[in-house]
Amino acid sequence: MAGTIDQEIAVGAIDDTESLPVLGKLHEWVVTVDHKRLGLMYIMGGLFFFLIAGLQAMTIRLQLAFPDGNVVPPQVFNRLMTMHGTAMVFLVGMPILTGFFNYLVPLMIGARDLAFPRLNAFGFWLWFFGALLLYFSYLAGDGLYGAGSAPDVGWFAYAPLTELPFSRGNSTDYWILSIFLTSVGSTATAINIIASAFCMRCEGMTLSKMPVLVWLSVVVAFMMLVVLPPLSAAQVMLLLDRFLGAHFFDTQAGGSAILWQHFFWIFGHPEVYILVIPAFAFASEIIPVFSRKVIFGYSVMVAATCAIGIISMSVWAHHMFAVGMTPPGNSFFAAASMLVGVPTGIKIFNWLGTIWGGKLRFRLPMLFSLAFLFQFLVAGLTGIMLAVAPFDWQVTDTYFVVAHFHYVLVGAIIFMDFAAIYYWFPKATGRMLNETLGKWHFWLFLIGFHLTFDTLHFAGLRGMPRRIYTYQPGRGLETLNLIASIGALMQGLGVLFLVINVIRSLRSGDPAGNDPWDAWTLEWSTTSPPPEYNFAEAPTVRSRRPLWDLKHPEDPDWKYE
Amino acid sequence: MVSRLQRWYLTIALIGCVPVAALANDWGMGDSNSKIPPSSVFEPVSTPAHDILTVTFFVFAITGAIFLIVAGLLTYAILRFRARSGDDNREPPQVYGSNPIEFAWTTIPVLIVLVLFLTTARTIYTVQARVRPPDALSVHVIAHQWWWEFRYPALGVVTANELHVPLSDPKAPTPTFLDLESADVAHSFWVPRLAGKTDVIPNKKNSMWIDPHVAGTYLGQCAEFCGTQHGLMLLRVIVEPRADFDKWVAAQTQPPTVDASVAHGRQVFESTACVNCHTIRGTAANGVFGPDLTHLMTRETIGAGVAMNTPDHLKVWVNDPNVMKPGALMPAMNLGDKDLNDLVAYLATLR
Repeated sequence: MAGTIDQEIAVGAIDDTESLPVLGKLHEWVVTVDHKRLGLMYIMGGLFFFLIAGLQAMTIRLQLAFPDGNVVPPQVFNRLMTMHGTAMVFLVGMPILTGFFNYLVPLMIGARDLAFPRLNAFGFWLWFFGALLLYFSYLAGDGLYGAGSAPDVGWFAYAPLTELPFSRGNSTDYWILSIFLTSVGSTATAINIIASAFCMRCEGMTLSKMPVLVWLSVVVAFMMLVVLPPLSAAQVMLLLDRFLGAHFFDTQAGGSAILWQHFFWIFGHPEVYILVIPAFAFASEIIPVFSRKVIFGYSVMVAATCAIGIISMSVWAHHMFAVGMTPPGNSFFAAASMLVGVPTGIKIFNWLGTIWGGKLRFRLPMLFSLAFLFQFLVAGLTGIMLAVAPFDWQVTDTYFVVAHFHYVLVGAIIFMDFAAIYYWFPKATGRMLNETLGKWHFWLFLIGFHLTFDTLHFAGLRGMPRRIYTYQPGRGLETLNLIASIGALMQGLGVLFLVINVIRSLRSGDPAGNDPWDAWTLEWSTTSPPPEYNFAEAPTVRSRRPLWDLKHPEDPDWKYE
Repeated sequence: MVSRLQRWYLTIALIGCVPVAALANDWGMGDSNSKIPPSSVFEPVSTPAHDILTVTFFVFAITGAIFLIVAGLLTYAILRFRARSGDDNREPPQVYGSNPIEFAWTTIPVLIVLVLFLTTARTIYTVQARVRPPDALSVHVIAHQWWWEFRYPALGVVTANELHVPLSDPKAPTPTFLDLESADVAHSFWVPRLAGKTDVIPNKKNSMWIDPHVAGTYLGQCAEFCGTQHGLMLLRVIVEPRADFDKWVAAQTQPPTVDASVAHGRQVFESTACVNCHTIRGTAANGVFGPDLTHLMTRETIGAGVAMNTPDHLKVWVNDPNVMKPGALMPAMNLGDKDLNDLVAYLATLR
C-alpha cells in the first residue's frame, strides 16, 4: 500500500543536496528560509537550552536535597531559579512548539513552505539572539560594582524588585531585552502560521478538513498575537522605569506594583495554554495513529480548543488571589478559572473516546502520550483546586503550585514534546530512534518525574514556599525534599538516554521509510526527510485523513465527514 | 596503589559527600523547630485556616472522585483495547464521534463547576468580608527586606519577627487584625496554621485576620520572592492566653533596664553605626531601618529566625551577619574583640 502512495504523491523526490564542505553546509543552514530547516533549528535550539536549564534545575534540587544546604549561596540560587524558569518558558517551551509547527504545518496542509519564509527566518534569528542575550548576562550582567550577573528576580519579575534601587547592574535589563526579542520572534511566527493555514492549504482541504494539529496551531497563533503585546509593553515600561526614570512600577515614586502583575499575568496565564495546546495537538495526532482509530469528536476538539483560548484570557488574576482583591474580584476569577476546566475536560474525554475500541500499539510516542493523559488529568484537577481561591490563599507561591505547574509543563508539555520527537524524528531524518534506549528514557523519566513532583505537592501543603534557597531542619520537609531530588537525578539520567539515542540514531538508526507508523496525514506521503519543496506535485485531499482514504479505498473517510 | 574499582568507589563517595559536607550550621534552629509541629495546612488552629480547610476537603473529594473515574476508565481502556499478538491486521471500527456523549460530558462538568463555584464564593465572603470589631486588636505588620516589623499602635509596643497575639475563645472570639504594609518590595505574610497568605505590597494597604484557638508557637515565613534572603525571612507567631499576653505587653512597654556593668557596651552601641538603623528606647538610638532592640532578649530568635537568640550567636551576627544570613542588609560591624564582647554583653541585658 505504501508503494502506491509514494508513486501517487511523492513522485520525483530528487536528491539535490550536493556534497558541500562543512562551512558550506553551515552557510546553507544560516541563510536558509526553508520551514523544515528553521523548524529543526528551533527544536535543536530549544533542546540545547532544555539541557542547560535542566542542569540548572538539578543544581537547584541538589541545593534543596538537605536542609540548610550550602551547595550554592542564595545569590547564585536566585539566579539559577530565575534562569531556569525564564529559559524553560521562552527558550525551551516556545521554540520547541514553534519548531514543530514550522516543520509540520506546511507539510500537513500540503504546502511547499509557510506563507512568509523570510519573515520566518527573521523570527528565528530574533529568537536565537534573544536567547543568547539571556545567557550572555552571565558574562556581562554586572555593570556595576557589587551588582549580580545573571537575572535574579524570578521569572515573573515582580515589581518593584526589578526597579533600580533593588536590582542594580544590568542583569534585569538583559532579562527584559531577551524576552522582548524572543516575543517579537514569536509574533512573526504567529502571523506566518495564521496566513499559511488560511491561504496555503492544498486543493480540497477546507478549514474543516485541516488536521487537528493545524487547527490548534492557529488557535495558539491567535493567542500569541493577543497576549504577547501586553508582555512586550510591560517590558518597555520597565525599561523606561530603569533608564529614563518613568514611574510605572516604581512604588517609591507612586507607581503600582500590582500593575506589573496584571500586565504579566494577562500574558502569563494564556502563555500556559500557548505552551500546552501544542501538546494537545501532538496528542491529537499521535493517539489516533497508535489506537488505529480516527480522532473522536474532531469538531468538538477544535471547538473546545477555541473555547480554551478565549476563556484563558479572562483568568489571569487567579495568580493574584493573595494580593488583596475584593471578594467579587476573587469570585469572578475563581469562576472563570474553573470554567476553563470544562473544555479541557472535554479534550481528555475525547482522547479517551479515541482509545476506546481501538487496537493500541505501545510504541514510544504512544507511551509518552498515555503518560501525558494521566499526568494532564492530575494537573487539570490540581488546577481546579487552585481555582478555589481560599485554597489558593494557602498554597499559592508554595511547592504545591510548583508541583502543579510542573505537572503541566513537564508532565504534559515535555512528555508530549518527547512523544513528538519519537514520532516525527523518522520523518525529519529518515531514521528511526532506538526503541530500547527510548524505553529506558521513558521509564527513568516517568519514575523520576513522579518521585519529584508528586512529593513536592505535599511539601507545599506542609508550608514550604517556593523560591527559597534553603530550609531549616526540624520543619518536617527533609524526607520530601530528598525524594524530590533523587527524582530529579533520575529525570536527568532519562534525558541522557534521549541524547545518546538521538546521536546514535542519526548515525546508524534503522531506515524509516516514508510512513513508518502507518499514519494518515499528508506529511507521511512524502519522503523522509522530505525534499526542500515538500511535494513534487501539490496533493489533493478529500477528507481529514488523506492517507487513510488511499489505504482504504473501500471505506474512505470522506463518506462520513 | 589504589585499584581501579577502589578509585570508582572513592569518586562516588566523594560526590555523595558534597551536599552533606556542604551543610551549614543551623544555629540551634533545628532543635527549636522540631519542638513545633510542622506548619501543615491540614492542622488549622484559627477560623480562616479552618474555613479554608473545609472547602479544601470538599474540592479534594470532588477532584478525587473525578480522578478515580477518569483514570479508571483510561486504565481500563488501555488494558482492554491493547493490540494482541493474535489480532488480524484489520483496522478497528472507525467511530467519528457522538453528539449525545459530547453533550453529556460537557453538561456534567458544568454542573460540577457550578457547585464548586458557589462553595468557593461562600468561603471567599466569610473570610474576606469579616468586619473588624471596634475593640479588636490591630497590629501593623511592616515587611522589610528580610525581616518583619510588628507595631501595636494601641499598646505602644514595637517588636520584630515574633508576633505575640492573645488566644481567642471560639465562643467569644477576639480576633487580631493585621494591617500589612511593605517598606520596600512585595512580600507575603503566611502562617499556614492560622490563615491563608496575604501579600504585603508597597503602596497598597492589605489586611487579614486571625483568631487562634490553641496556645502555642506557629511557624510562618515570607511567601513572595523578595530578593536575596527571601528564603530566610521567617516569622513566629506566639499565641498565649490573655493574661500572659497582657504580661508580655506590660514588659514590652517598660523602658529597658539600665545596668552600669555594661556601660561600655552601651557606649559602643551609641557611638557606632548601630544607631543609624536600630532603636533602643531611652538611648540616643532611634533608627528605623532595622528591628527595634529595646527588648531584644525577650525574643527567641535573631535575624528573622536564622539563629537562636544566645549571646554567642549575637556575637557572630554583630561581627558579620553574612555568616548566618548571606546577603543580609546589615553590614559587618568590624569591631575589636573587646568592643564586640562588651557590646554583646550590653545587648544581652535588653530584656
